[in-house]
Amino acid sequence: MGSKTSFDFDSNIDTALNDGQLRKNLRNAMDILVEKRRAIFPDSDQLQQLRAAGNAIKRRALKKLPQLLEQLEAKCTANGIHVHWAEDTSQANHIILEIMRRHEASAVVKGKSMVSEEMHLNRFLEAHGLEGVETDLGEFIIQLNHETPSHIIVPAIHKNKDEVAAIFHEKLTGTPYTEDVEELTAIARRTLRERFADAKVGLSGVNFAIAETGTLLLVENEGNGRMCTTVPDVHVAVMGLEKVVEKLSDVPPLLRLLTGSATGQLITTYINMISSPRKADEKDGPKEVHLVILDNGRSSILADPQLRQTLLCIRCGTCLNHCPVYVRIGGHAYGHVYPGPIGKILTPQMEGLEKAGVLATASSLCGACGEVCPVKIPIPDLIRRLRYESYDQEAAAVVDGGGYKKNFAETMVWKGWELANRSPLLNELGTRVAGAMGNHLPKVGPLKQWTSVRTAPRIARKSLHQRLRDEGVNHE
Amino acid sequence: MQRKVSPDPSNKVYFFATCLIDAVYPDAGMAAVNLLRSQGVEILFPPDQSCCGQPAFNSGFIQQARTVARKQIHVFSKPYPIVVPSGSCAGMMKHHYPELFAGTKEEAAARDFASRIFDLFEYLATVLNVRLDDRGAPTTVTWHSSCHALREMNVVQYAKALIGQLSKVTLVELERETECCGFGGTFAIKQAAISAAMVKDKVDDIRRSGASTLLAGDCGCLMNIAGAMAHGQLAIDGKHLAEFLWERTNGQ
Repeated sequence: MGSKTSFDFDSNIDTALNDGQLRKNLRNAMDILVEKRRAIFPDSDQLQQLRAAGNAIKRRALKKLPQLLEQLEAKCTANGIHVHWAEDTSQANHIILEIMRRHEASAVVKGKSMVSEEMHLNRFLEAHGLEGVETDLGEFIIQLNHETPSHIIVPAIHKNKDEVAAIFHEKLTGTPYTEDVEELTAIARRTLRERFADAKVGLSGVNFAIAETGTLLLVENEGNGRMCTTVPDVHVAVMGLEKVVEKLSDVPPLLRLLTGSATGQLITTYINMISSPRKADEKDGPKEVHLVILDNGRSSILADPQLRQTLLCIRCGTCLNHCPVYVRIGGHAYGHVYPGPIGKILTPQMEGLEKAGVLATASSLCGACGEVCPVKIPIPDLIRRLRYESYDQEAAAVVDGGGYKKNFAETMVWKGWELANRSPLLNELGTRVAGAMGNHLPKVGPLKQWTSVRTAPRIARKSLHQRLRDEGVNHE
Repeated sequence: MQRKVSPDPSNKVYFFATCLIDAVYPDAGMAAVNLLRSQGVEILFPPDQSCCGQPAFNSGFIQQARTVARKQIHVFSKPYPIVVPSGSCAGMMKHHYPELFAGTKEEAAARDFASRIFDLFEYLATVLNVRLDDRGAPTTVTWHSSCHALREMNVVQYAKALIGQLSKVTLVELERETECCGFGGTFAIKQAAISAAMVKDKVDDIRRSGASTLLAGDCGCLMNIAGAMAHGQLAIDGKHLAEFLWERTNGQ
């Protein structure tokens, strides 16, 4: 339908659905994550109160976003943190390149950061003869295997233990094959320790940036985040501009929602709060701290009162874990950095509908994502909105590429449907014709898709309308 | 949402057939009508009713959905409760109609209409307080919760409570009861492969339950699941709960 989709979604879906190992890995992992979340939020009333609080805090932050970002910049600068603004990913990448060159760094050790994935930083650095070293265990595994994350929180979740064992054996020279998880972790730790010791620059993401205090808050479980932010002389933090919150007191409910929704934890093993570089009387910590604040389309998303709810997201990944589509096709099938329900609404807005609008079709609108979202993003409503923008019947689209799917045939189908459903005579006639044809409806188009795994619906000889009329039902 | 009407059980109710019941499952519609009548309710059936508009609404054709929604609001204008034998259509009319007309002069009418929407089983269980006398033979069934009955209407407990009243019926719950069956309206066509994978898993779950009948409260799901069971030549019957309740209590 005239689509210039930048990836072959159908083929990705087909490959994933036919990969039995992948589907088994995903189902097992998602079941565990869903169960852990359920166990950490046993009281549904309390959870609903917490979600309402999280939604209110993030909504307030978005409402005051320009002001809070200015306050964050002023506070950070006063604390000795260098603040950089990047309109797009190319600018963000060049800011990091410039910092690395100034410090003659050949590699940067990286804590887990989805924004750095959005920037395709590793690829960019490689093109400039530099190296991005992933130090989160999951990221480390997939980097060894030249893959991208398949999940926002657990990037190597599509791999099972045996597959990881094979990757380590094959890619890390001199590593004997082992399926022992502790031994595998120890191998990663030994390899990464050397990289931490040598690195001049460390990079991290940001979970919450607190405007009031100029504090960058980062949660993690492996300690690699703390290594990245304290061992090298230079720490660069990257964040999307929606990560700012107003006050320190906004953080506890959001943290509770984030860790509970993401991994079913009451609290993560590490919570890093970075407020300045090393001070004169301090013995460790980076000598220089940079904060790169990335827009990359976010301020356009902010402009629309409904779509801006996309920016409430705290990247917990629980919408992926609960999604009946994600659990069957996995993150790579979506062809973009952010998969699952949040990716279906975020990616088309960032990349434009023409390139990524097809993602919005991959939802049965079952509502599981919206039900669990810790900040109450109405994801199904936003998916529906993007479908509307894709056809743009009323010429009111605001998303880039609006109306890209508009076509005569589909428009006529829905106009015909509209006519039949507001004209009682046509409606009845349609049902009667279908009823008379019974099971002789031609199996073409939609019916062909339907009947590949199901029998065709049997149209009744007499509709309910007819049956009730025959018996003389009252209709006042 | 606050209910605008506090329905009187002896009073009249509107019956909204839904387009699928009208054309494909009229027996389920007749059963629903009979169940309501057996409780002394008078059924009003406006013949100009059609579809709730959800297919267009979910596909991005909001303008077309709005026209069809306006028609229903007009047809069901008197202050009677509107009983709907589908959680999904009920959810559309209760929650999305007010959205469709938000900020327009039709919003008040849409809200009034929405406040009168009841899921059939919700109405039977909470307003009519039905007591069912099971006259059927012992049997084992399972139940499929439609996503919108579960998450938009929050009425699944009423359907299950009604099944629970049938003394000779054993209900075996599905392992993944809250997971979508893969219908999703046009989703089943636009993402046919994913939808097929979802319904296959649902059918496997149903088969493992050992039930001889699958009950559902939504004909979209039913058409999908029962269609897949028939395609796989499974000897499991798929049935709308209204039809099952009427058969069991009417001694058929």
